[in-house]
Parts: sequence; C-alpha cells; structure tokens
Amino acid sequence: MGFVYTGLYIALALIVAGILSWLFRAALVTVMPRQTARALRTAPLTASFGMLTVLLYVLVALFAPLIAPFAEREVVGAQYLAWEAPYYLGTDALGRDMLTRLIYGARNTVGIAFATTALAFIVGSLLGLWAATVGGWVDQLLSRFVDALMAIPALIFSLLLLTIFGTSVLSLILVIAAVDATRVFRLARSVAQGIVVMDYIEAAKLRGEGMWRLITREILPNAMAPLVAEFGLRFCFVFLSISALSFLGLGIKPPTADWGSMVKENAALITFGDITPLLPAGAIAWLTVAVNFVVDWQLHRASGLKE
Amino acid sequence: MNAVYRMIGQRLLFGVLTLLIISIVIFGATELLPGDLARALLGQSATPETLAALREQLGLNEPAYIRYFNWLGAALQGDFGVSMANKRPIADLISSRLGNTLFLALYAAAMSVPLSLLLGVLAALWRNSLFDRTANALALSAISFPEFFVAYILVFWLAQAGFFPSMSNVNATTGFAERLYLCFLPALTLTLVVTAHMMRMTRAAIINLMAQPYIEMARLKGMSPLRVILRHALPNALAPIINVVALNLAYLITGVVVVEVVFVYPGLGQLMVDAVSNRDIAVVQAIALIFAAAYVLLNLLADVLSTLSNPRLLHAR
Repeated sequence: MGFVYTGLYIALALIVAGILSWLFRAALVTVMPRQTARALRTAPLTASFGMLTVLLYVLVALFAPLIAPFAEREVVGAQYLAWEAPYYLGTDALGRDMLTRLIYGARNTVGIAFATTALAFIVGSLLGLWAATVGGWVDQLLSRFVDALMAIPALIFSLLLLTIFGTSVLSLILVIAAVDATRVFRLARSVAQGIVVMDYIEAAKLRGEGMWRLITREILPNAMAPLVAEFGLRFCFVFLSISALSFLGLGIKPPTADWGSMVKENAALITFGDITPLLPAGAIAWLTVAVNFVVDWQLHRASGLKE
Repeated sequence: MNAVYRMIGQRLLFGVLTLLIISIVIFGATELLPGDLARALLGQSATPETLAALREQLGLNEPAYIRYFNWLGAALQGDFGVSMANKRPIADLISSRLGNTLFLALYAAAMSVPLSLLLGVLAALWRNSLFDRTANALALSAISFPEFFVAYILVFWLAQAGFFPSMSNVNATTGFAERLYLCFLPALTLTLVVTAHMMRMTRAAIINLMAQPYIEMARLKGMSPLRVILRHALPNALAPIINVVALNLAYLITGVVVVEVVFVYPGLGQLMVDAVSNRDIAVVQAIALIFAAAYVLLNLLADVLSTLSNPRLLHAR
C-alpha cells in the first residue's frame, strides 16, 4: 500500500509543479522586456520549473533570518522531536529546529557552492582564454599541466588536497575551485581556439589592442554562450562535490547548518522509517535538477535545434 | 595484425607515462605546503624537538626527489610504508579492502552495463515516445541526485521493509551468495547513478547515426527497426559507447567512496575517508595512487577497444 500512496503523492506533486511552472512562465513573459519575453514563451515547462526553483532558493537564502522560526544554532527542545508545531519538521540529534537549519542551509551550502564555482570559473576561463590567445609554449605548458591534473579522478584529488591542507571551509573552497578550474580551463581554451583564428581578432591585433582588451572585449563576448551553460553545469558538479564532502565529514562542519552534514548527522532516523534526513538531501537534488533543466534548455537554444 | 600490436604497445607506454606523472603529482602535492608536512600536522604550537622527531620519522630531512624515488620504488613492490595513525603497514590495511571495493564495483557494473545498453537501444528504437521521454527525464534527474540521496531512498524503501540489510558488514569469511545479498543495496545505488549517463550516451550515439545513408538503405529494403539498430547502427556506435562505459566504470571505482560510507562497507573508500580526517597522508597517497591507476587502466582499455571496434582506424592510410 505504501507504494501506491507514494506514487499518488509523486503524481500530485508533478501536477502542482507543472501548474506552478506554467503560471510562472506566463508571469515572466508579461513582466520581462520584449526580447527576453519572446525567448521565454518557447521555454519548455521543465525550464520554467527550473527558473522558479532557482528564484525560490535565492529568496530563501537571502531572507533566511526573516523566514526561519528559530536561530541557526539554537537548541530549542529535546532531540528527534516529531513533526509538530512549533517544530514543523521536528528537531535534530542535538535538539535544533530542522526547518530552521534547512532554511539556513540554503544560505551556507548554496552560497559556498556558488562562491567556489565563481572562483573556479574566473581562474579557469581567464587562464584558458589567455592560453588560447597567446599560444606557443605558454599554452603547451598550461595545457599539459592541466592534463596531468585531470588524469586523477576529481573526488580522489580533492581528498588528497584536503588531507594536505586540512579540512576547513576555506581550504574546501580553494581545493574544489582548483580541481574544477582545470575542467573550465579545458572548455574555455577549446572554445577560444575557434575564435582566435577569426579575421576580426587579427584586425584587433593589428589595431594594437592589448592582451587584456583582446580577451575581455573581443574573445569573451563570443565565447559567452557555451561558458554560461558550462557555469550552470559546473555549479551542479561543485554543489554535489561539496555536499558529498560535507556528508563525509570533510567539508562544511557543524554547527554551521549545511545540507550534506545534516543528512549525515540524522541518518540514523531513516532506519526507523523517518524521512526527515532525506529532506536536506532532497533539497540538494531538487536544486541540481532545476539547474540542469535550465542548462538543458539553454544548450538546446544555443545549438539552434528546432525539434 | 602488426599494426594492432604496435597501437596497443604505444597506448600502454603512454599509460605508463601518465601513471608516472600522476605519481609525481600525488607525491609532490605535499610540497605545496607552506613550511612542511611535519609543521602542518603538528600545528603552530609544536616544540622544535617533536617537529624534528616527526621529520625524522617521515624522512623529511632528505631532498624531495630522493624521497619520491624511494616511495615509488617501494610502492611498486607493494610496500606503501606504515600508517601514521596506527603504525600498521599500509599494504596490510589495503589488501583486504581492495578486494571488497573491486567486488562492489564489478557487482554494480554487471548490473548497470547490460541494463543501460538495453534501455539505450530501446530509447533509440522508440525515440520521442512516452517511454523515451520518461527515461530521459528520469535519467537527467538521476544524474543530478547526490549519491547519498539515492542510497538513503533505497534504504528507506527496501531496507526498512526488511528486504535487504541497510549495512553491508562483510568480512573475509562471508560466502559469495551472502555477499551478493549483503551488497545488493550499495550495488543498486551505484547502478542507478551510472546507468543514467550510459543510457543517454548509448541513445545519442545510435540516434546520431540514424541519418546516415546506409541506415536509410537498410530501412528501404524493408528491415525491421529493431534489426536496423542492432545490425547496422549499434556496431558503428560501439566506439562512443565503449568510451562512456569505461568512463562510468572508472567513476564506479571512485564513486564507491560515498556509497561505502553510507552502507558502512569495509572498502578502500571508507579507509580513505578515515585517513583524510586523521590527515594520514601516507595512506591517502597510497589509495589515491591505486584509484588513479585503475582510472588510467580503464581509460586505456577503452581506447584500445574502441580503436579495435573501428576497422578504419586500424588500417590508416
């Protein structure tokens, strides 16, 4: 019987999500300027669902202290209380309010993942564009170095670096950013290689444009579409690896509210048939799926396929 | 045939070179520290005496390249030194766990590879149907789920009801059938995580070929759609499929880390996580080297197999 109910709940949730995404798309089309609205009108429901989700997460992260009923690290009651008011999602192993920590998790986990992605992106794409523009031995040196780093599986390499630098939030951000920057470098370099052979780059060089201007004004705008899609995908990877490391107890640590470590702390409840520890894991999965939907749509648009 | 041997020889040589570079990176990473390893492990408050003692113990008084060659030479003979946390030889710690990890990875591979090929072919056969769309949406979601989420959902559904154990505590005396039963949930988790990717790539590789003239020819002579795919499309799509299968098998070997922790499975991943939190660098280096070697080996295998699957690459003009 349990399976039937679960199936019904999932179907119901999908229908509600579909209606909400449809409404959200309709709202976006009327609010946005004409150019954007035209692109949005053809967006699939999955993409608008993705955008709605991302907006929701950003709002929750920004206004966490206003939404959350308690303080992030406050012990409010006995441990593992049931789902009853005023603890709508119960309490965790130390008696902290689960809902509050979920809300603050949006701020900590997503915020750290975003900062890491941004760092990886700035370093990786600038180096990649630079390598492709300069060419020659700089390019060879950087590319072979990145190849060597990429031959080691990402998770294993991050674990190695975390052992060396110790486990703290700062070293987590730097380590993951360094590992992921190699992937961004690869993409940025290969995209830019197709651009630097163009005539307008030649013209810009003859005009005497400097390296920085050449990269930021001539190459970057033309490499933007694949890089933006890559940013979304990279965010998913970073977000998942940070959560995995936090889950393993090597990333963001308590008392900071973080989804990965929240799953770990409360995992014992699952064997008693309580789904509370699945909520933070679900929050991670939901955001990743949403970002993937948006990226999928953008890639489809950029590829120019009409199907 | 000569060309084949030469190609395999070249790839092997290249693989060995890659491994050598990886070993340099894994070993050299400790040199990135400001100060040295002993200082990092003991913290700022360490006395000069304890620092000197630890340096002596770690062999830090010799130059890096000598230490590297000593380490590599010993590692090649199966001697990875002793663990800093419990002073036991690392080779002993690893040997029993390596078997467990390989067993789990192979178990998951035995389930996921046939499943994903079947689903991929079916999705390509019934493309744009409800089946295809559902499979694609599910696959995209499965790719985006963290492993521990999938694992705990399975625990919630299957272990809670008493079908399978939520902890896979195997030991050396556990029989094969018992092992299959105990490891079912971790293997299923890994299967779900990698199947999605392999299925999508199989479908894409086949569909890419569907516009080729020879496919149209086969269709025009009245072949059934399934036969067109199996006889004409699949053999030509083998190269990308082999590559993505190998990539995912390589992923299985590293992906076990999280899954092993969830199911308290005595494998290499679990050992590595413990070693990272203890900052037991020698153990981490040894396991990283093993994982990286497996990764390189699988990629090498994929490279050779996909070249063999395409006769045109064998007889280069």
